[in-house]
Amino acid sequence: MIDRVTIQSGRYHDSVRLMQASQALRTTNGVEEALVAMGTELNLALLEDIGFDPQTFVAAGPNDLIVAVRAADEATVDSLEQVLADALAARATTGGEGDLPPTHVVEMAAAAIDANLALISVPGRYAFVEAMAALRAGLHVMVFSDNVSIEHEVLLKAEAARRDLLVMGPDCGTSIVGGVGLGFANAVQPGSVSLVGASGTGIQQLTCLLDDAGVGIRNAWGTGSRDLSEAVHASSTLRGLAALDADPGTDVIVVVSKPPAPAVAVTVREAAEACSKPVVVAFMEPGSTLEAAANAVLEKLGRPSVSFTSWPIDDTGHRPGFLRGYYSGGTLRDEARFIIEPITGPLSLTETGDGPWLVDYGDDEYTEGRAHPMIDQTVRLERLESAVDDKSVGVVLLDVVLGYGANPDPAQELAPVIRALAGAGVAVVANLCGSRSDPQGLDYQATQLNKAGAALFLSNAAAATRAAELVGGAA
Amino acid sequence: MSLEQLIDGEPVVATAGVEILEQALVDQAVTTAAAEWRPPAAGTEDSLAKLAESDVTEGANEIAIARLLAVRPHFVDVAIARDVIPGMTDTMFLHAGPPLTWERSSGPIRGALIGALLYEGLAASPEEAEEIAAWGGITMSPCHHHQTVGPMAGIVSPSMPVAVVRDADGEGVAFATLNEGLGKVLRYGAFGPEVIERLQWMGNVLGPVLAATLRHVGPVDLQALIAQALQMGDDGHNRNRAATSLLLRVLGPGLIENESVELSGRSEVFRFIEGNDHFMLNLVMAAGKLAVDAAAGVAGSSLVTTMARNGTDFGIRLSGTGDRWFTAPAPIVDGLYLGAFTMDDANPDIGDSAITETVGLGGFAMAASPAIVGFVGGTAAGAVRRTRQMYEITVAEHPAYQIPQLEFRGTPVGIDATMVVRTGVQPQINTGIAHKDPGIGMVGAGLVEAPMECFTQAVVALAESV
Repeated sequence: MIDRVTIQSGRYHDSVRLMQASQALRTTNGVEEALVAMGTELNLALLEDIGFDPQTFVAAGPNDLIVAVRAADEATVDSLEQVLADALAARATTGGEGDLPPTHVVEMAAAAIDANLALISVPGRYAFVEAMAALRAGLHVMVFSDNVSIEHEVLLKAEAARRDLLVMGPDCGTSIVGGVGLGFANAVQPGSVSLVGASGTGIQQLTCLLDDAGVGIRNAWGTGSRDLSEAVHASSTLRGLAALDADPGTDVIVVVSKPPAPAVAVTVREAAEACSKPVVVAFMEPGSTLEAAANAVLEKLGRPSVSFTSWPIDDTGHRPGFLRGYYSGGTLRDEARFIIEPITGPLSLTETGDGPWLVDYGDDEYTEGRAHPMIDQTVRLERLESAVDDKSVGVVLLDVVLGYGANPDPAQELAPVIRALAGAGVAVVANLCGSRSDPQGLDYQATQLNKAGAALFLSNAAAATRAAELVGGAA
Repeated sequence: MSLEQLIDGEPVVATAGVEILEQALVDQAVTTAAAEWRPPAAGTEDSLAKLAESDVTEGANEIAIARLLAVRPHFVDVAIARDVIPGMTDTMFLHAGPPLTWERSSGPIRGALIGALLYEGLAASPEEAEEIAAWGGITMSPCHHHQTVGPMAGIVSPSMPVAVVRDADGEGVAFATLNEGLGKVLRYGAFGPEVIERLQWMGNVLGPVLAATLRHVGPVDLQALIAQALQMGDDGHNRNRAATSLLLRVLGPGLIENESVELSGRSEVFRFIEGNDHFMLNLVMAAGKLAVDAAAGVAGSSLVTTMARNGTDFGIRLSGTGDRWFTAPAPIVDGLYLGAFTMDDANPDIGDSAITETVGLGGFAMAASPAIVGFVGGTAAGAVRRTRQMYEITVAEHPAYQIPQLEFRGTPVGIDATMVVRTGVQPQINTGIAHKDPGIGMVGAGLVEAPMECFTQAVVALAESV
């Protein structure tokens, strides 16, 4: 085995691209370990952890690209150059001399096309400056990045209010603006229901359920995971709510959020009651489900409630054992917990103990140095594989989230392990969160997952309920 | 754009960050543009955040650039340095760039100081001149501290004639040496007899004749000349052939008609200017100095008011950080070398002439000057691209200086130091290259980038000031 570490100063790629490049190198024959990353403290520590000599990257800083490879021989290492070049190949957007030069900051890219919205997903420590520059250039801003300080979030939202602009985020995974999905969003039909609030997968699930019921979406504005905290005090949610109330194209408004701070919950409920339009408030607390929120919307529209699409299989007769949940969406995991716990008793939210788990693999703990599991399922697949031989596992529950930004074919990756689980007698239940127009193909994904042996439900609440039924009173 | 418009309008989206999110927009056929984002210069992220948090910075650059653009530079007189330059003394020698000592001076500065001491009659030989300078018998001070600029070594000694440029609409005044031409000249560090003789002629004939001619023809509107010259293929830094010709046209009637001056003098002056394509450079520089001095001193402003090199250090100053210089080692210029000279002969970058880039000329106006693209080994299209890149780090487009090749778009003007560190795009400067040894002169010309380190320090200091 030989190690080779090279450092390229001033070369930058986004973390998702680098993870994909690392993956491309690791899966090349003869390669034992590979990391392609920017020289942040975190990545340097990671390199040391996996046994690379710190002397070889002592000079690297956050603006330097590091390529570290451990492989069988020199020839293999040499051959990786092309693999890396292909993985990092520049987008073919700029050509030779005479073309417009590249822009490097978001407000300049915006100026080139007279944009009205900025989508910022740079590393969190840099996101505030980028977002503030966008606001000052008169742009609405979605900050996909997390790890922005709450003080900076408050400043951004105050600046936006002053300029009559909207800040979606930081840590906003999903929005639909004028029919366009930003971040992780589903291709739902247009309509007259608008959503606003602090829950990415909550918005995805709710818009997909409404789409399934034939109800279209006008807008869905994610406001960032902390918008309903004490400090931010629902700044973006309240402003969004007021704007939607004034929007002639919106008939029903939904406020959806992770559990808010109590005082903020009161403010938001009051604002919702003061609206001239019907407002459904869905705070994802025990006792409330997204399915119930979707039905409440149908009621406001004067439509009968529906049962949402499912793709059941005969999943009785599974081997005895605990329930284990493998989620990628935080709100979906919490919703499942609130449904299952009253039936089976308490669940662990981390991979600890010998009992039942319900883990969110989108949590920071599992995404350090990796893309979100909606894009990169590696960790989740590993854990699912280990459940095949773990005789204590009887029922597996997971979510499969489709839509823009998400993994192009999650079923293809999941099918083998689901087949193995089913073959070993484990019942597999999944929430398939998607719309019929999603690029991955809802029916195609359902068919593949069904064939592999998973029972599927468009409603996460229904999936969780089925999983709880299967394990019965003893998770 | 208001919140209401977000509801009704179609989103047009600029992105920075993860490519797959941009790709998702492309897949939805949304009009979108991706910034080729990269982290800001190392060590500036906290300072950039602090500046973005601050109320002081908001609008500061707009104030500074408005002042810079409001200046109307008129060439009004030629006078003796000691009579007009503020703070000038009989033993003071001004030099280009940030503050410097004899010990740290490079060859061209030393050579030019020796020549100036000989010219002033303060030394009888080069050796004596060197001794005086080394012993501290003269006071060295940056031109920029005295409302003055000088190309290359930029040495201004007390008896030299200097151009006087006034703001027609304000109080400001700026000074620059008169250009000696090419070949063996003081500003490149040459100090031989022919150099001293030319300086004496400039003091005895050129200065007085120009002053008398200006009295005859009236003040010369430099901005109008520069604006025309850009449309005739000048960049205002490395190419001033058109501007010099236009100047000579304006001065012409005075040189012919003004019989208060001896004909031989008027004839010599005409021939001297006609034979020196760079004559206008020093006047362009004085016009620039007038503009940047007007823009100085706006609290919170990250506008660059000085870029200057002394052959050892490259230094910049910001409007919002007062007189403080932020320096880094002056880089070696990448360019075309004359004859058998190579990069090994080159002195590090030198001269106050980067004042032209500071006010939207030179490297920032390269698109207007296809004739000089050879210096960068590039193409006319490449020059356009380079100019276009400068718009990303500047706060305005010059209302008077326009580029025909860009549909008469104003040149990029007013460098914002925070944009330099955020984008990683360094200001590009077209410049001449001096030999590293005194007495040899020009060895080439080319392109150089202002060192990032200057901007990094400046942004950190500005953040401390707000």
